[in-house]
Amino acid sequence: MRVAVLKGGRSLERGVSLRSGARVEDALERLGHEAVALDAGVDLVKRLTAEAPDVAFVAMHGPGGEDGTAQELLEILGIPFTGPGVAACNRCMDKALAKQELRDAGVPTPDWFAFNETAFRELGAADALGALEERLGFPLVVKPSRGGSALGVKFASNWFEVPEALVSAFSYDDRVLLERFVEGRELAVSVLGSEPLPVVEAIPGDGDRFDFEARYEIGRTEFVCPAELSEEETGAVKSAALGAYEALGCSGFSRVDLIFTAEGPQVLEVNAIPGLTDTSLLPQAAEAAGMSFENLVERILDLALKPAAA
Amino acid sequence: MVEPPHRRRAHTRTRDLERYAGLFAERTGVMRSSAMRDLMAITARPEVISLAGGLPDTSTFPAGTFAAQMTRIAQESTAEALQYGPTEGFAETVDCIVEVMGAEGMLPDPDDVIVTTGGQQAIDLICKTLIDPGDVVVCEAPTYPGAVPVFCSYQADIVQIDCDSEGMRIEQLEEVLAKLDSEGRRPKFVYSVPSFQNPAGVTLSLERRRRLVELARQRELLVVEDNPYGLLRFGGDPLPPLYQLDGGDFVIYVGTFSKILSPGIRLGWAVAPPPVMEKIVLGKQASDLCTSTLTQHFVREYFAEGHWREYVESLVRIYRARRDAMLGSLRDHFPAQATWTEPEGGLFIWATLPGYIDTSDLLAKALREDVAFVPGQAAYAEEGRGRSSMRLNFSGVDEHEIREGVRRIGAAVAEQVELYGALTNPAASSAPAQPRKSDRDAAGLQGGAKAPTGEPGAAGAAGLQEDGGDVLPFRRTSEGSA
Repeated sequence: MRVAVLKGGRSLERGVSLRSGARVEDALERLGHEAVALDAGVDLVKRLTAEAPDVAFVAMHGPGGEDGTAQELLEILGIPFTGPGVAACNRCMDKALAKQELRDAGVPTPDWFAFNETAFRELGAADALGALEERLGFPLVVKPSRGGSALGVKFASNWFEVPEALVSAFSYDDRVLLERFVEGRELAVSVLGSEPLPVVEAIPGDGDRFDFEARYEIGRTEFVCPAELSEEETGAVKSAALGAYEALGCSGFSRVDLIFTAEGPQVLEVNAIPGLTDTSLLPQAAEAAGMSFENLVERILDLALKPAAA
Repeated sequence: MVEPPHRRRAHTRTRDLERYAGLFAERTGVMRSSAMRDLMAITARPEVISLAGGLPDTSTFPAGTFAAQMTRIAQESTAEALQYGPTEGFAETVDCIVEVMGAEGMLPDPDDVIVTTGGQQAIDLICKTLIDPGDVVVCEAPTYPGAVPVFCSYQADIVQIDCDSEGMRIEQLEEVLAKLDSEGRRPKFVYSVPSFQNPAGVTLSLERRRRLVELARQRELLVVEDNPYGLLRFGGDPLPPLYQLDGGDFVIYVGTFSKILSPGIRLGWAVAPPPVMEKIVLGKQASDLCTSTLTQHFVREYFAEGHWREYVESLVRIYRARRDAMLGSLRDHFPAQATWTEPEGGLFIWATLPGYIDTSDLLAKALREDVAFVPGQAAYAEEGRGRSSMRLNFSGVDEHEIREGVRRIGAAVAEQVELYGALTNPAASSAPAQPRKSDRDAAGLQGGAKAPTGEPGAAGAAGLQEDGGDVLPFRRTSEGSA
């Protein structure tokens, strides 16, 4: 089969995406497929038309590739593609949108408020922030609404740290979230088709929070898979994850990030196209389920070509 | 249309990685890749105006000269130019080095010189010779970003001394040395880029040079003087290198052809007292046997023509115009709260923004406008320092691009300043910057900076302003961030 691997692009996660893409290409070749590497740029449509692949493997992260943009083009061109469709990607990419969907569907997610830059610049929203203290409490998390990795995510432990955190978050997007900080274990559940894979727990080293650097570095964060949870806990976590996956309309595969608090799981976000690098969590979870990376890639292709196989 | 077949990669899986991770040396734990590196990968896009690199302009090197010299090497010295050479380097290369050092008033003994693969290898070999894990290395704050990973890979304990407009603050160095003394620790060396420092652009004053050399002598402490830019002076009187003041007893000198000829030829050197040099040579032998003989031949031919100083002078003219363009653009486009250094030479300007701006995040914003710089953090070993500063390079792109690049960064900064104003003082959305912890890094360098308005001292005043506001909850006081 002729498989176009879409990677790179202009997003800040370009580097990660190139690593994901290269790894997928290797796997495709070992599976006997013909991999056509496409670094997404202005000639993407031309190249897709010229290459006429049987299917596109989307290994792009961040805006431009994970937000439904590339998927929209693939739909227009009539090329089947891996991972969630346009609408699901769009919802997952925008955390403010995603959290509203989750809450409406009854999936637990920490309290939040979303603001756009105009609210602060033109409507004096800063005056309203004082009222948020009792609603969210400190510390709170400030994050760009659209941004794939932990880039621009800051913790504010008191009011004095909030403006600076907002300035950082607004560097990445014109909409930001202020979210209640929930304490607990950091878990990730990848869903393949409609099956949750074993739960991965990320245990940051030396008090590092699970940040951008830790995600892509071997040794800074310890990953345990399957996470040490009771059967009942595992069930609750997987059910929350599956609920989030379905609420956002995901298909193919995605990864749900959660915090396991004393009161149970809280969904932070859903990554429509999670990383597939050597240190990424989806491949780890698949491996714990007895699937090699090649098996995983093959299964993802199957799901793209025969959605009913889910 | 088809991309060339990609290079074969190791077929690693998570399980394999864990297996390798168990084999890694302890020092790899401190050899970190970073989010910043991922961001920097994006700066390589052709449409990006990069003020991030440290690239000299090699475009004006006469192609005819290059062709003639390479031809002559091929005709006269093919066998030798393709052969191994002595670990210390060819005597003819060392003669060229002596000539370059002579241009700055130094008279090294040719026997004390080793030719290295760039100045970077010289730093590496010096560390290899002197540093055991846990040993203290003292350097400037900010320091050359490329030195930090070298020190880290030898597991040095990095102690940084603040700089102001006259370079490293020697009185602070003395305090730190005394404190280390009381802990029974003696630094192996003090690393300094005294002239047109990378990244700050500042130059160590003559008085401080004298004191540093005296201090080294009194304490029997080595100083590593890294001087890639000394000959790239745009104005003012040349200052004697530390090596010249000291005579070479306690100063190890690192030089390079990268900035006066070409970084691509990878030729640098070190000058050290004979007992140290003996170990450096052994270290070099183990590392790579010898420096490229081909490029050593090229340097020999090039120097034989006798025009190398004219070429350096032409670079000085180009870089001076570019520095002026950058300083002018900074005045036009950076907000009043920003400060920057005004280098008399070299390749870099160091700009410091209000403390609430994190330049790593600003870089993400700037990249959307297709412009890049180096976030200040890269110049500090300690996490969190330098986060409101940036290094701007003015040698790599022309005046037009410099103006456009600075304009774009300035616009991104202006948006952040305005937003912070709206957040901290919603009633009047143009509040001045409030001081905070990271202004500590800025304060030291403000002496040499001028406010964009041209009022001397205004910039420093902005940074040190007492908080007079009473708008809660966001009004930050200088203690508020502690």
